[in-house]
Amino acid sequence: MGLTNSIELRELWETRRSVVLLGLFALVLCVDLLARLAGVEVGLTDSYSFGGALSLTRFGGLLWNGIVIGLIIGLAGIGLSMTYSILSFANFSHGDLLTTGAFGGWAATYIVAAVGTIELGSLLVVRAAGSVSPADIGANIVQTPFAILVGIVVAAAVTIAVALVIDRLVYKPMRDRGGIALLIASIGVALALRYIIQFIFGSRNRGVTDTTGVRVELVGISVNLHQLTLVVAAIVLMIAMHLMLQRTKLGKAMRAMADNKDLALVTGIPTERVVRATWVIGGGLAGVAGYFVVLDRGVIGFNLGWFLLLLIFAAVILGGIGSIYGAIAGGLVIGITYNVVLIWIPSDFNEAAAFALMILVLLYRPDGIFKGVTTA
Amino acid sequence: MTDDVDADKTAPSVTEAVRAATADISQPVRDVGLIVGVLFGVYALFAVFVFNQGLNSVVSTLRVVTFFIAVYAMLALALNLQWGYTGLFNIGVAGFMAVGVYTMGILAGDPAGSPPGLGLPLPFAIVAGMAAAAFVGLLTALPALRLRADYLAIVTLGISEIIRLTLNSGALNSWLIETVGIGTGAGSGMGLPSFSARGLFYVDGSTANQTALAEVVFAVTGPLGIRESVVIAWAYVFVLIVFVVGFYVLLARIGNSPFGRVLKSIREDELVASSLGKHTQLFKIKVFMLGCALMGLAGILWQGSQGFVSPNSFMPIVTFYVFVALIIGGSGSNTGSVVGAIVFVGLLFEGPRRAGGALSDALAFTANPNTSWEALTLVVSGEPLALFAYATDNISALQFVLLGVVLIVLMQKRPEGLLGHRNETAAAVPLTEQTRSIRGGESDEQ
Amino acid sequence: MSSDDVTADALATDATGDLSAPPESQDSPVERAAATTPPAVPLRVTNLKKTFGGITAVDDMSFSVESGSITGLIGPNGAGKSTTFNLISGALTPDSGTVYFNGQDITGLRPDQIATRGMVRTFQIARELPEMTVLENLMLAPKNQIGETLWRSVLPGVRGSVIEQETELREQAWETLEFFEIDHLATNEAGTLSGGQQKLLEMARALMTDPELVLLDEPMAGVNPSLERKILDRIHRLQEDGLTFLLVEHDMDVIMQHCEHVIVMHQGRLLAEGEPDTIRSNERVIEAYLGEDLE
Ligand SMILES: Nc1ncnc2c1ncn2[C@@H]1O[C@H](COP(=O)(O)OP(=O)(O)O)[C@@H](O)[C@H]1O
Ligand SMILES: [Mg+2]
Repeated sequence: MGLTNSIELRELWETRRSVVLLGLFALVLCVDLLARLAGVEVGLTDSYSFGGALSLTRFGGLLWNGIVIGLIIGLAGIGLSMTYSILSFANFSHGDLLTTGAFGGWAATYIVAAVGTIELGSLLVVRAAGSVSPADIGANIVQTPFAILVGIVVAAAVTIAVALVIDRLVYKPMRDRGGIALLIASIGVALALRYIIQFIFGSRNRGVTDTTGVRVELVGISVNLHQLTLVVAAIVLMIAMHLMLQRTKLGKAMRAMADNKDLALVTGIPTERVVRATWVIGGGLAGVAGYFVVLDRGVIGFNLGWFLLLLIFAAVILGGIGSIYGAIAGGLVIGITYNVVLIWIPSDFNEAAAFALMILVLLYRPDGIFKGVTTA
Repeated sequence: MTDDVDADKTAPSVTEAVRAATADISQPVRDVGLIVGVLFGVYALFAVFVFNQGLNSVVSTLRVVTFFIAVYAMLALALNLQWGYTGLFNIGVAGFMAVGVYTMGILAGDPAGSPPGLGLPLPFAIVAGMAAAAFVGLLTALPALRLRADYLAIVTLGISEIIRLTLNSGALNSWLIETVGIGTGAGSGMGLPSFSARGLFYVDGSTANQTALAEVVFAVTGPLGIRESVVIAWAYVFVLIVFVVGFYVLLARIGNSPFGRVLKSIREDELVASSLGKHTQLFKIKVFMLGCALMGLAGILWQGSQGFVSPNSFMPIVTFYVFVALIIGGSGSNTGSVVGAIVFVGLLFEGPRRAGGALSDALAFTANPNTSWEALTLVVSGEPLALFAYATDNISALQFVLLGVVLIVLMQKRPEGLLGHRNETAAAVPLTEQTRSIRGGESDEQ
Repeated sequence: MSSDDVTADALATDATGDLSAPPESQDSPVERAAATTPPAVPLRVTNLKKTFGGITAVDDMSFSVESGSITGLIGPNGAGKSTTFNLISGALTPDSGTVYFNGQDITGLRPDQIATRGMVRTFQIARELPEMTVLENLMLAPKNQIGETLWRSVLPGVRGSVIEQETELREQAWETLEFFEIDHLATNEAGTLSGGQQKLLEMARALMTDPELVLLDEPMAGVNPSLERKILDRIHRLQEDGLTFLLVEHDMDVIMQHCEHVIVMHQGRLLAEGEPDTIRSNERVIEAYLGEDLE
């Protein structure tokens, strides 16, 4: 027994050295986290110590922020994962679909919230210039819930339309080409789309939401209602996604395509229809995710999606390309990592840490960390 | 004697042979002609934009254009080695440049400066910068080169962003200054020992004390109204051009060699290369390191001449610029890399900006809309020029849109680049039809 | 490192209970080879196994190839022939089993290490290097090219010896092209060749590595009869020069006429082995072929 055990351990060490090291590293961090939460501190050197003091509130706050951004990334990741596996290319313009949704959706929210009281020009271009302030417009979930709802729907609709047009103009003529040609074309799409948005909406980063009354006490915990809205809506969308994939014919066809394109071709699933459905779902969720980014942060800018792109890629890779549930789970892992690592490292490095995690997964688990667990 | 036998062959094969032979001889000449021709075409265009501002202005504008052409040509050539020759899809060019530039800056920086450097000699710092870029290339290559091309793309972009974020970190900078005594300058950047050709013109840097070269050159340029500072800046551009030629020759030699042949075979089909006994992984690592070192050098020559660097100079967009330049000319071709850099800088990078400026000067718009909506309402209310005014004000956005559209159209219609499909011989000796007749005697191997 | 692998693999083979595998010992590979494998057997595989997901493509294959022979490997489509080639040539790593080349355990070595030792393979679906010319394809193959060292190719002054060797290789490439009668295509890009020409190119390229043993995966598939005769003729002429061939072929008749020794695979397993005449009359072989093959 002991012998086989030690042989197995040795074999594990020899074949998957990096994975073992990574696991040990994660274990140390977990123990350290527990020690910090318990307030235990063991000094190692002058400047380094194991454990420390970390309030449960701060930890809870980081975790919550991680879940919020993680759900957004997961929502965006579903589309990226689907296009990656069904159309077989890494879509570098996916981030800019988020930006499209953000601007389209918030322009709609603004119009519903304040048309008649504020001149239309300011509303349409989401305060690109001029002296109107977010407080004048007063768009938030407490005062104008209907405007927010309209914004979410329009964000999805606009992004779907844009995604379909792009597919028609750019990717459809290139269906038979290799993944790298499509990847490069998608970089072109990313640039064109981002700067068309900049041309229309301006280059300024600006506040959008009115935050009065958004932070409330719920069962003794201070909650940001915008984040709560976002979390509830994201979960609803994900469940809808799940039902669509499991129950409808189209959903099953999409899962088949994601799994194996050639197989799907042979069995006669209408490929172009599935491709279109992929853009509709992927684009729609990306647009909503973009809208939520602004709802969460309160700030909009033409670069917001591009800056999230690598994090979304990280989530998709972590979850396994082609896996929709993997994208959601990967989004949560990335979002939580992104926030919780702040316990150990300065905030200039949390993004780098998420990228590093993505690179490690690509190198050592290119099929994702949940490989063998998920099926869709 | 064998030549006679060949001459007796049928007429078509003779003419074919002659054509092939002359093609081979004049290919380099034609390529140089092509590069110079395109370059002067771009020059003519820019001269039109600024001709009314006098000769000094024209010469100065052309210097800026040539400067960017030179740096993008170097970067495109370095990328051509990795992607064009070997098929390694590296979209972390900016990151490897950053490693080179910052290493150089830290090593050669003034120990009393802010951030403090090590004050080592500049040539050493430059070589070390290249070595550091190659080393980071090695660290990337060791695990990543066995990945699929699209995964490699994501990994290299990720590494490039990690490098940029690291250099941007204030925490790291202060930690480094405290513990090691050197720093990166974080977001506020770092001064660099400024590269300049001043030394060629002034003895001890004093404008009163000119070198022999300066006396000759200034004697010509002075009466033409070209300022001395412009001449000196041009001299540095000539140094860059020498480096471009150096990169080109290096790559051409690599391409025309058994080493380059293996690289191309890896690009075409790695399993075939390895089934024929080539240790492909080793070749890929070497080429990746060399390419990264060249990117580091190009970055050093670029940023060094500006005397200052900050992490913002290494955004992913810089990498995409290099890709556009290479794709325009045709990935895989060295001549294409240089032509691509000229066309990219001329028509996509510097061109639109200048054209926008020239246009807004010429039309002297009265309307000045702040947003696209204002522009649109002005157009509707009978001021069609308002949209032009808005467009020229926001020319940089439109320039990026143009860049994106060009990239898409190229990938759709002309993925092999403007010069079309080119094949540069993958051997150290010519491989034309006639080489059969040059063969000596009957030296049977069997 | 590689000698560690050798020992580990030898142990693994023993553990599966194979009696013909080399005895457990710490002998040097050479000594062990002398003890177990007669030098006249350049290639020997034992208990080779490979699974893809649920499919067992190769299952417990053991056979050997005699020096100077043309050995045929036949079996219906999907029998596992190409996979066996991939396992031998290092393109795939076997789940278990061992490959000996000239008495040395080469299991798990990289393809280039195996090719450098003198065993080269071709592919069932020709894998020409499409954007390189036919001559470049051939000149890629030779071993020990000094110009494959970066600095020798680049530095001024040392390039002379590279050019000298290149001239020799070019000579050799022309000769090989003439031997296969595709010299008129020398300067064409390989991607523009017809299917049959690409097969010839692949064989020519493989020979440029100066191999001892050549693994040919269906070299005559999709080739017209006159070209087929040409290919077979060249194989025989090379055999006379001392080369050994392991030839995968789909068509029974070709194998029966041209091979000294035949190995039959069926559903990943060794079905029969022997001289063509005994194979021809083997009940199980006939059954397998009648059952699955319509040729
Ligand atoms: N890379 C692979 N992945 C999955 N299955 C494979 C792979 N290569 C071969 N197979 C399967 O292994 C079996 C044997 O294939 P192969 O060796 O190509 O047969 P043969 O060359 O005798 O026609 C087939 O069922 C084939 O589908
Ligand atoms: Mg086969």
